[in-house]
Amino acid sequence: MHEKTIAELAGDLRSGALSSVELTQAYLGRIRRLDPGLNAFITVSEEQALTAAQAADAIRARGQGGPLTGIPIAHKDIFCTEGIKTSAGSRMLDNFTAPYDAHVVERLKATGTVMLGKTNMDEFAMGSSNETSFFGPVHNPWAAAAVPGGSSGGSAAAVAARLVPGATGTDTGGSIRQPAALCGISGLKPTYGRVSRYGMIAFASSLDQGGPMARTAEDLALLLEAMAGFDRRDSTCVDRPVPCYAAGLGAPLTELTIGLPKEYFGEGLDAQVGDLIHAAIDVLRRLGAQVKDISLPNTHLAVPVYYVIAPAEASSNLSRYDGARYGYRCREPRDLEDMYQRSRGEGFGAEVKRRIMIGTYVLSAGYYDAYYLKAQQVRRMIRDDFVRAFEQVDVILGPTAPTPAFDLGEKTSDPVQMYLSDIYTIAANLAGLPALSIPAGFAAGRPVGLQVIGNFFAEESLLNVGHRYQQETDWHVRVPPGYE
Amino acid sequence: MSWEPVIGLEIHIQLATQTKIFSGASTAYGAAPNTQACAIDLGLPGVLPVLNEQAVRMTVKLGLALGAAIAPRSVFARKNYFYPDLPKGYQISQYELPVVGNGHLDIELDGGVTKRIGITRAHMEEDAGKSLHEGFAQVTAIDLNRAGTPLIEVVSEPDMHSAKEAVAYMKKLHSLVRYLEISDGNMQEGSFRCDANVSVRPLGDERLGTRTEVKNVNSFRFVERAINYEIQRQIELLEDGGAVVQETRLFDPARNETRPMRTKEEANDYRYFPDPDLLPIEIPPALIEEVRETLPELPDAKRERFMREYELDAYDSSVLTTSRAMADYFEVVAAQCADAKLAANWAMGELAAALNKAGLELAEAPISARMLGALLQRIKDNTLSGKIAKDVFEAMWNGEGEANAIIEQRGLVQLSDSSAIEAMIDEIIAANPDQVQQYRAGKEKLMGFFVGQVMKASKGQANPQVVNELLRKKL
Repeated sequence: MHEKTIAELAGDLRSGALSSVELTQAYLGRIRRLDPGLNAFITVSEEQALTAAQAADAIRARGQGGPLTGIPIAHKDIFCTEGIKTSAGSRMLDNFTAPYDAHVVERLKATGTVMLGKTNMDEFAMGSSNETSFFGPVHNPWAAAAVPGGSSGGSAAAVAARLVPGATGTDTGGSIRQPAALCGISGLKPTYGRVSRYGMIAFASSLDQGGPMARTAEDLALLLEAMAGFDRRDSTCVDRPVPCYAAGLGAPLTELTIGLPKEYFGEGLDAQVGDLIHAAIDVLRRLGAQVKDISLPNTHLAVPVYYVIAPAEASSNLSRYDGARYGYRCREPRDLEDMYQRSRGEGFGAEVKRRIMIGTYVLSAGYYDAYYLKAQQVRRMIRDDFVRAFEQVDVILGPTAPTPAFDLGEKTSDPVQMYLSDIYTIAANLAGLPALSIPAGFAAGRPVGLQVIGNFFAEESLLNVGHRYQQETDWHVRVPPGYE
Repeated sequence: MSWEPVIGLEIHIQLATQTKIFSGASTAYGAAPNTQACAIDLGLPGVLPVLNEQAVRMTVKLGLALGAAIAPRSVFARKNYFYPDLPKGYQISQYELPVVGNGHLDIELDGGVTKRIGITRAHMEEDAGKSLHEGFAQVTAIDLNRAGTPLIEVVSEPDMHSAKEAVAYMKKLHSLVRYLEISDGNMQEGSFRCDANVSVRPLGDERLGTRTEVKNVNSFRFVERAINYEIQRQIELLEDGGAVVQETRLFDPARNETRPMRTKEEANDYRYFPDPDLLPIEIPPALIEEVRETLPELPDAKRERFMREYELDAYDSSVLTTSRAMADYFEVVAAQCADAKLAANWAMGELAAALNKAGLELAEAPISARMLGALLQRIKDNTLSGKIAKDVFEAMWNGEGEANAIIEQRGLVQLSDSSAIEAMIDEIIAANPDQVQQYRAGKEKLMGFFVGQVMKASKGQANPQVVNELLRKKL
């Protein structure tokens, strides 16, 4: 049954061919058996899962419930879950049990999903390889020596290894799409403001967005419909009706114009990855889509701008972790200053500290104008590039990441190389646009992702492109060896 | 050399909202520690602020009352610093774009002179919690009940040149926020706090001297003392050839002096930047107009009206309009007894004295405006003399009932019936022939004796005016 998608499992649950308890037990069994080799989970909440599964079965037995009732999922450990440890992948929050549910958790709970546990991630979502986690790196199910991508690497690996049919992730600069690409699954970063950030531990508030990760675009549609929607507790959340995303799937692509930004196919792109993306474009062309070359001239500025804005916001967002009220506190602080310095010094890992320092620097008096203010100006230019592009095309296509999954340890000593693995994903965050990554083949046995960027709130259109592509291809049904 | 002090004030006003500026927790004062701090106030991971609309309306209200421009778009910024009572490691405040821009406040000085004090800006921000050092061995405790309480900080221009002016400004602003009902103005509970920027310069100089900031002075009296101390200290320092150091100082009321606060080795860099969790505050003209509709008559306008309408002098009008409650009280009394001057005298005299003695607010007074009005009516219709009215006032204050009931119960009705008084006078004249003779011989001082006799005979109830008239006639 672990071979089935959420849509298929929903059918079995509805027909009574399968109970949620059976399904939950099967997945929990796989996690017990296979996760030790992956390290995709920080916490597995078996007991709560079985209770939730029983409740879901009871709802189903009354003939009630929706498509997600009884479906097991996992939450990235950045979403607060009431009564369950919420660590953000950090020693700082290793002892933190959230007293409340994040909005996304609340919504998915309300639709009857069964949470199996919390997935591993880069510390405070800062990383592209899942190697910055205090709980150790996650292994890529396709190649144990390879990274799963990050920061939502635990969710991506768990879905790819069929430890769970769907999971949540968060995406600040590519943290849903890049691991989805590297693990051969589908992942969607919604429009900024589509999904409430309430209860999602902040990394960079103006960029963070929660979204679904699953094997197919159709499953993403089911999950997104539950996750999206207005929440007055998040002032940046947009009050706009949530469409039935699954109902929009299957529409013909004959009216679709695809833009191919030349900047996404230049230097730095792995040749094999490039070939696979072009092959994917051919599939869509055969389905009737028009293809047009476009330019996003400020693309080269996205990474530098991101590494000013994201650390600036992070440096402030992470100030609350001071050892005073919750989280890690150093042993026997001598005084207040000592408590701050050692609690933060010992509680945060190297990458987090690096970004706090960068962020503190760019906000400092005398540097603010040159860095933060300038970066905000360039951010607007990057957004304007997209606004102009969407006057001519409906979606923008390109690779999700420049290379397939790299090896563990390969880039840990070179932060800039690591940062460049998000070169194609960051711009969508800076602009606030929705973007999808779907499997598009394999290079040297490792998965490659196709990225589809859409206009604001055009999730339906992105999911439809993904769905139509997946109807023509079978990359998304391939199972990593050993996880059949 | 003559020195001119230059003073600007930053006043923090706690808004009287039910809930905090960015959370739904209560702002009530005095609850057990940390019982009014929700997940948002505690700065838990993942929480987000949501702006309290009421706080925005109150800020707009104050801006309008200060004759200030209201920014159609203003921005919250984070002020970053570490402190145990600051849960997020930053305070949400406003920096470059405050809600309220340039405005002004007129203050009245001795001799009826009015002076206009410029307002630089007023912005919204959240309060921090409290660190508690007493009662805990070896540790500092933190109470976050106050964290997230909405504040407006009003920054004045350095337009004041004496402690007296500064206090007048502070009192005027205090009166204004209470008029507007946007703050309880309770200084003991910290609802109205003042930081004073003080410098001195040689009289006639344009350039400002180096200033010091005296923090958190929480009473009018202390502000006056702190500023005067600071002015004197700076003048002495400069006259001795020294220089004023720009620093933050604290006022110690016990020793009546200011002292430098412990300074950090480095200057604070608050790394202000726009808060990405909050959208800019958009204030459309319609909202401004809506708030303008709710503005009450403001103290200056009310004072002018009292002078015009009730023909009171400037002093009485000022005193009566210091608080909206007193002004309203006065107007009810005046309307009822139809004598504004009488109403003003009683409100500012007997009533104010009684309140002061009992340590009560006007709202807590046992005598309502209507009750006082009824009492004064009986003076006006000659039922009571002023002296007896004071006794009745006291009885009312002590809860013995309404004026008319007390008058009836005690038989206090003033005797104005001339035939009854005439009869008493005849008896007294007959009983005191010697005194009558002396009076008639020119010893006019004896008039007092006769009046006293009549009053005694009438048990104090004879109308003194009528007694005087009749005695003169008979004698």
